[in-house]
Amino acid sequence: MACFIATAVEAAVVTVIEKRVEKKEIEKVHLDAENTKSNKLPLGQKIKWLRNLLLGGSFLLAFEHIWHGEVVPYFPFLTAAANAEDRLQMLKEMALVGGGMMLLVTAVWGLMLLVSHMIEKRGQEENTAEE
Amino acid sequence: MTLLISLFAAIISTAVWYKNAPKSQMKTGVLCWLFWGSSLMWFVDAVFEYAELKAEYFNPTPAEMLNDLFLGLSVVALGLLVWIVILLISDPKCVIKDKLTKKDDE
Repeated sequence: MACFIATAVEAAVVTVIEKRVEKKEIEKVHLDAENTKSNKLPLGQKIKWLRNLLLGGSFLLAFEHIWHGEVVPYFPFLTAAANAEDRLQMLKEMALVGGGMMLLVTAVWGLMLLVSHMIEKRGQEENTAEE
Repeated sequence: MTLLISLFAAIISTAVWYKNAPKSQMKTGVLCWLFWGSSLMWFVDAVFEYAELKAEYFNPTPAEMLNDLFLGLSVVALGLLVWIVILLISDPKCVIKDKLTKKDDE
């Protein structure tokens, strides 16, 4: 009914975190010139992956909800929000399905972090072996 | 059906991105994020729907299938539309910029 709202909210929170992390990383690079030599991908870039997944998914899911007539261009914008019974059902679905979506996307991102960490570690080991 | 179409779009766009990475300026990564994000979310949706309908989930009526097919194709079209707009606005190859500035010079 409105499960994409949960992921869209997570996307907004992740965007704020990403901006803060990027700002800190830029300051750190200016202070410590050695950081520029590191071949590790910055954390801000990795947080961007999660933001992109959440934003992309939420956008296309929002389109699906418009397609099914669950999102309308007039107040209250969600057809399920018009009466109390549907509102309760909508909130339940947002918590269950939306929560599940948030968990799965975040878990997939976690897996991506793990794989990228392993690749970076292997790359560093190869570099030190060459030296 | 929508999940399947979105998943196929995600796999194809990832293959295209990988083939041309890292030098590609076509911004196919945008398509990957769009289709993978929505595929993951629709997968969760499908799991909940399956839990509710059980085996009936795999026996949709022709009308439902047709509607889902149209939705899936529309989702792919919308994703491609977003990608082409981002590509033209960012103009990584400076094609539009060159075209416009050339016009100014003439």
